[in-house]
Amino acid sequence: MIKNEFFIDYSRCIGCEACVQACGECDTHRGVSLIHLETIERRDSVQTAPQVCMHCEDPICAQVCPADAIKKTPDGVVQSSLKPRCIGCSNCVVSCPFGVPKYQIDVDQMMKCDMCYDRTSVGKKPMCATVCPSGALTFTTMQDIQRTRQGVPVNEWKFGAEVVHTKVYVMVPPEMTRVDIGLIQIQTTAAALPSDPYDVALMLES
Amino acid sequence: MWGLLATVSLIGGIYIGSRGLRDFDPALVSYAGATLFAAFGLAYRFSMWLRRPPTRLYWYRGWQIFTKRGSLGKNLAHLFEIFMSNFIFQRFIERRSHMRWTAHWFLAWGCLLAGAITFPLSFGWIHFETATSSQEIYRAFLFGIPVGQFPVHSVIAELAFNALDIAAMMVLIGVFTALWRRGRDHGAMAVQQFADDLMPLILLFAICVTGLFLTASTHLMHGLHYTFLSQLHAVTVIVTLVYLPFGKFFHIFQRPAQLGVDFYKRAGKEGEQAVCIRCGNEYGSRMQMDDMKRLQAALNIHYQLKDGSHYQDICPKCRRKNLALTQDSMWKTLVEKGEGS
Repeated sequence: MIKNEFFIDYSRCIGCEACVQACGECDTHRGVSLIHLETIERRDSVQTAPQVCMHCEDPICAQVCPADAIKKTPDGVVQSSLKPRCIGCSNCVVSCPFGVPKYQIDVDQMMKCDMCYDRTSVGKKPMCATVCPSGALTFTTMQDIQRTRQGVPVNEWKFGAEVVHTKVYVMVPPEMTRVDIGLIQIQTTAAALPSDPYDVALMLES
Repeated sequence: MWGLLATVSLIGGIYIGSRGLRDFDPALVSYAGATLFAAFGLAYRFSMWLRRPPTRLYWYRGWQIFTKRGSLGKNLAHLFEIFMSNFIFQRFIERRSHMRWTAHWFLAWGCLLAGAITFPLSFGWIHFETATSSQEIYRAFLFGIPVGQFPVHSVIAELAFNALDIAAMMVLIGVFTALWRRGRDHGAMAVQQFADDLMPLILLFAICVTGLFLTASTHLMHGLHYTFLSQLHAVTVIVTLVYLPFGKFFHIFQRPAQLGVDFYKRAGKEGEQAVCIRCGNEYGSRMQMDDMKRLQAALNIHYQLKDGSHYQDICPKCRRKNLALTQDSMWKTLVEKGEGS
């Protein structure tokens, strides 16, 4: 059986928000969109970036969970917290290196992208990858992505001294084997900008 | 050690509470035995759970904040408030879905009612006797002390004699509602597992149905097959008690941690806030971020960055932005080398 994998290419995102709308259609978290779509620096750039759960091999969110509420399926998909167990502490939210889990205050539970498990567990594409028009989010075979893209997929990340392997791949330039994360600051930040009550970019940012 | 301690304490409690086993009903010894096993398993698993660094952190922090000098009165009032909301009415489940709440509320309160009756009965802590002066009067004893009496043909008597049937009906409402939801909700169907999600419902169903069979045998069938049915009922209860520490039911004992976390979050909000080193915005309590750094060190998670900063000091939003920028910079490096286009 041909195995599909999930690939992210942030640079392809056009910020259309189709993924955000489609995410809420997923049956496992109906009505709640769990994908993140960031505007990188609205004042200076039109760049946007989607973020799904990367489904780490050894999820840090699960390691820091006091209730042992975050579990991985045998096929490597890290699920939302178990409803009977999650105590809403948000350890996972503030510890995830990818900034993925969302704490839902109304139901006092952490929810996160589960790669549309109702769909992917039966061979269908996740909702976001189904609707993404630019290929920023793609669910296909390794052979297909290698054939059609300039970059190469990698799933090894380094956050300081912490090396994280993920089920989801990111597209990087050829010959690169790992993504080393450092703190990247572009232009000015919201906090450093002069106060301007009519700055639409800032209003949208907050 | 904690498992043995819990078991020995319960044996002591049974011996003392039943006045040296004088009030202990030998017919219920199998229930008491299975409960002792469950007590061992629960205490063992609970102590193992508390040994996990993040659990231990919240256990100590929760108690530390709750018992803080000068705040105990305020904390007790808040505890009562969240106990009513989270435990009695289970509002947070209602907000997830009404059907889920209906199922859970009936399951929870049916089980608690049944437990409140059967455990003291099987331990010999409560027992009933006919009054020596009249066969029409029933007397109730708690730890051998008379606590009340009622006529055998009264509303109170009917409620007392049928309390377990009422509990069984409540549990069955919960079981059927839960099965209905689990059989129709595509999301639940995708992630549910037999051992974790369906097995507990099957066990509760078996206990309720066999228990109701006993009532039916007594009142409708002149005691037909009563001995067999009572043994069958005992088997279902014993299997459930043995399963208690290992399956989904363990969440009953984990869940109170939610109350401790509530105090932790309140204390965090009142205290200093952590500020993201990238965007300068507040994103959580300083206490939690400092605790996370200690916790990550205990778990061998090394988030210190090359420039000396700590990844924990970056807010989740900036982490996401940073990922895209990092990918961007990788391509930029390639272009600057003249290898890309």
